[in-house]
Amino acid sequence: MLSASDVRDYILQGLACDHVQVLGDDGTHFEAVIVSPAFVGKNMVQQHQLVYKALGDRMRQEIHALSMRTFTPEAWGKLDVRSA
Amino acid sequence: MDTQELIKNQVTANPVVLYMKGSPKFPQCGFSSLAVQILQACGVQNLTAIDVLQNPAIREGIKQYANWPTIPQLYIHGEFVGGADIMRSLYESGELQQMLENPVA
Repeated sequence: MLSASDVRDYILQGLACDHVQVLGDDGTHFEAVIVSPAFVGKNMVQQHQLVYKALGDRMRQEIHALSMRTFTPEAWGKLDVRSA
Repeated sequence: MDTQELIKNQVTANPVVLYMKGSPKFPQCGFSSLAVQILQACGVQNLTAIDVLQNPAIREGIKQYANWPTIPQLYIHGEFVGGADIMRSLYESGELQQMLENPVA
């Protein structure tokens, strides 16, 4: 069964990220927080498309649902300050 | 008409189109259900909901159309807006309500 850490590895293989956290233990539904410099200057649709591209066919075959929140390193940094 | 043309006609002929699993009354997936709830919270009256489970060609074709591998997918005046996560984010920031009120950007 696909684990959250498998999904994390798949994302990291296809996309250079500063931070990836994936949750989900039913094998098909996952939630991810992804911080990548590749997201700079891109809108939310384009950011999610980069993650989908990294996952490739796995998104069509193995993963039923991936809920994600994407951040640029700068946006993520501001978020950390707020929650600290 | 091929599927890509059919989809293009659907999203341009109707102001607000949601491709989903099931119907607004009986969604067959949690994300499709969330998408419908968000649109209802925005007060959308003119929603065109397309059940991809009733049409396998559209179910596959819509993934190519916007280069987006998941369902639901929302289109406003022919423009791809996003899936359930993006809809929720745009709703929380108030942007989705604006897009639905002033659909010709």
